[in-house]
Amino acid sequence: MPDKTLRALSDRDFDFWAAHHLLSRAGFGGTPDQVRAIAQLGLDDAVDFVVDYESLPQPEAEAGFQSDIMRPATPEEQASYRRARESGDEAVLEAFRRRRQQRQQADRQQIREMRKWWLERMIETPRPFEEKMTLFWHGHFATGYRAIEDSWHMYRQNEFLRANATGNFADLLFGIIRDPAMLRYLNNNQNRRASPNENLARELMELFALGEGNDYGENDIKEGARALTGYTYVDDDFVFNERQHDGGSKTILGRTGDFDGDDFVRILLSRRVCSEFLALKLYRFFVNDAPDVPTREQAPFLKALAGRIRSEKYDLKPVMKALFRSRHFHDPANRCAVVKSPLQLCVQTIRTLRTPVRDLTTLSAASGLMGQNPFEPPSVKGWDGGRSWINTSTLFVRQNLAVYLLTGRRPDIYDWQLDSTRFDPGHLLAHLEPDARGRVAPEEALPYLCRFLLGTEPHPSRLESLRAFTDRHGGRIDGDRLTGVLCLITSMPEYQLC
Amino acid sequence: MPPEDIPAYSRRLFLQQGVTLASIASTVPWFVQRSAAGVMHPLESGVSSLAGVPEDRVLVVVQLGGGNDGLNTVVPYFSDAYRRARPSISIGAPGSPNGGAGAALQLDEGAGLGLHPQLGGLKSLHDEGLLGVIQGAGYPNPNRSHFTSMDIWHTARRDAKGNGWLGRYFDNACQGTPDNESAISIGREAPLAMLGDVQKPVSFESEDLFRWLGEDLHESMGEPYAEINRMGMPEDLEPGTQASFLMRTALDAQLSSDRIREAVGRRPLVDYPGNNPLARQLRMVGAMIRSGMRTRVYYVTLGGFDTHANQLGSHGNRMRQFGEAMKLFQDDLRAQGNQSRVLTMVFSEFGRRVAQNASGGTDHGTAAPMFLVGPMVRPGVLGQHPSLEDLDSGDLRHTVDFRSIYAAILEDWMRSPSLDVLGANFPKASILRPEALK
Repeated sequence: MPDKTLRALSDRDFDFWAAHHLLSRAGFGGTPDQVRAIAQLGLDDAVDFVVDYESLPQPEAEAGFQSDIMRPATPEEQASYRRARESGDEAVLEAFRRRRQQRQQADRQQIREMRKWWLERMIETPRPFEEKMTLFWHGHFATGYRAIEDSWHMYRQNEFLRANATGNFADLLFGIIRDPAMLRYLNNNQNRRASPNENLARELMELFALGEGNDYGENDIKEGARALTGYTYVDDDFVFNERQHDGGSKTILGRTGDFDGDDFVRILLSRRVCSEFLALKLYRFFVNDAPDVPTREQAPFLKALAGRIRSEKYDLKPVMKALFRSRHFHDPANRCAVVKSPLQLCVQTIRTLRTPVRDLTTLSAASGLMGQNPFEPPSVKGWDGGRSWINTSTLFVRQNLAVYLLTGRRPDIYDWQLDSTRFDPGHLLAHLEPDARGRVAPEEALPYLCRFLLGTEPHPSRLESLRAFTDRHGGRIDGDRLTGVLCLITSMPEYQLC
Repeated sequence: MPPEDIPAYSRRLFLQQGVTLASIASTVPWFVQRSAAGVMHPLESGVSSLAGVPEDRVLVVVQLGGGNDGLNTVVPYFSDAYRRARPSISIGAPGSPNGGAGAALQLDEGAGLGLHPQLGGLKSLHDEGLLGVIQGAGYPNPNRSHFTSMDIWHTARRDAKGNGWLGRYFDNACQGTPDNESAISIGREAPLAMLGDVQKPVSFESEDLFRWLGEDLHESMGEPYAEINRMGMPEDLEPGTQASFLMRTALDAQLSSDRIREAVGRRPLVDYPGNNPLARQLRMVGAMIRSGMRTRVYYVTLGGFDTHANQLGSHGNRMRQFGEAMKLFQDDLRAQGNQSRVLTMVFSEFGRRVAQNASGGTDHGTAAPMFLVGPMVRPGVLGQHPSLEDLDSGDLRHTVDFRSIYAAILEDWMRSPSLDVLGANFPKASILRPEALK
């Protein structure tokens, strides 16, 4: 049974497979060489290396996005629009409408470029934990492009989440109530003294800090909304509109004062359930994503993790380090216990096997087909994750995505041309002893490849199926035959776990 | 046995029986477990065409993407304002001398409405009493962005937020046990309309892609793949684990793929032309209905309606494809004996502006007609045509909220409460024949 405390794994138990597990969860996996290198560091240094990524170089992916595609209309434009409306000048109004459509089109193109940019970043970054945490926060503080129609604001939010990815949770909350994309998404730009809008206050409690129905009531939402009045933005920047702010006395979760948004956030952080809620979210993302309600075995560990969050005053790095060092995290019950998200599947396949990246547009589209479109979470709840990623449709897309990465065969009948970049899988077996003829025997290679790709010992029947395949090819496991084996392993239902 | 006493295909029945069937070996895929109920109740096979068996009903949604020009689809030839606003692209009254855009086909002489000259297929459906035309469908404060307006139609919410109306219908109906095959969309991406919290549809562009493409690499790949993915859950594995969940879903996917590919691979009862993209999709849907799949909702899409310039040719072409495909689909269903089980609903995210633009096209507009097709549909032209004189800055004012149509489909066709799905009480329109309401 998994350990109930944050007690650390002993260093001698931190072997190749534990390092493999760490890299999968704290990032997007690694090649056999990378896993070996991490294992050799020992547990403490390995976790430090992964979490303290600041000394490592930034990925090179150049952003270079335009900030003003959706800029607000200038006073002159507004005046000319007003005049046209008043005089019913259809030609001018039509020109305005057209320009707006063109800008929306350009902006949608830019958000597509941003999806590819982030995907590329995840694939290439020397700091995978940074991107993994950014993705975690994107799901936590979910904001969707469709509703706000401003790609630059989405980009700015992404940069904000990245800059604070492993900082302090309090700073994330203070920042998110000032983030233009979020303010727009949850209508806080319409939250005014005379007519409060409760959307942000509600989600702040329900989804960002406390959890649904935990510890708060409808009245706390109403009062919290008053604290957030006047938190708005102009163009790309946060603005505190004093005139629209309700400076009166509010009572939130039993405390009374003339609170503003920061006070509201501080009150939330002071609640025990806040640490417990964050602990559960982190646990579902990094440790084990089933079931929805913690099991009896998981509960004491979650309590310990929440306690650590409180004692670290919401500093994330020491919490994540303790988590990644814990025996609980490394327990067999928590290996291969998370369903790979579509992005995890895509990026991990590339990073562990070192396949060609192929076409980012195709990869980005595939991620959407599998249910994960970055910058477009299905709702403010973010992605449910876990088993909700999997259905009969997405499973085929997942298997075919791996075939595409391995072979260049595109899962698409209309653009059927092959990407002819050849994948050389030889490095995966480089450390295994070849026999006299310079070949690696299947009985050595197959269990190793299965374990390396699945993260666990394969079911015996899997090896039999693969063995029958290699036997048909004269027992050779190289070149195209090795690629074939990899296609089969990545088609295993268990490959969807990490 | 009177029809109402037949324990027909019903999700509730499924779920009740699902409890007793839960002990079936874990290697049996979920859907086989579910349809084991069919052994007891032959109607389970879904091929029944008994009238008045609501659980047996199928909804097919046809989306015309890009904003179909409603005024040149259902032509208000009664109106001089229509002709004045569209000097070079208006369509004449039936029998009028053929101008550039031709003469309309008669739809409702009393009301002065016709159909686009290329809509011969739809005209036949009308003559057979299978076509219902809803005039002026839209929503308040219309949005002219393709993207947002389409989301409004998909979510059935003016703020365009949240999941889809059909997804919510399934979420409510399935009580937390999703069944992928109950909703199928033809296309790469699952339409937002079909995405619920729990429910996710099966979507594929072509049945040939709803499978593992690795088997095309070499003939030796198929066998090990099948062993791996059809094993189900081995007995020595603990049930309820992530791996066992995945293995069972993989087996479900294989069998679903077999069923769909077998169904679609069969020669249809009517000839669908290969060069008509809507006909291609409806052929697949027809084949799946014929094979007795338990799917309740199918979704197909025809694009290319964003006719900003020189629209006569391109719009006429789309109209021809649309009418032809709709007609063939009904012929197919009739030949199968499934026609009365199926209701088809057609919509577009908005209509186009009343006045043509300087390029012989039309820009984004507002209200437009919807179509309902099937023997259970109340035939003829329903509702009121929006005024062509009293415009809202150059656009039609809607005369019916599309959510009233959704409400009627949910309540009267799917036999499901609409309030939870639509989030508000929309008065349901009267769209079905009286015998469909029994």
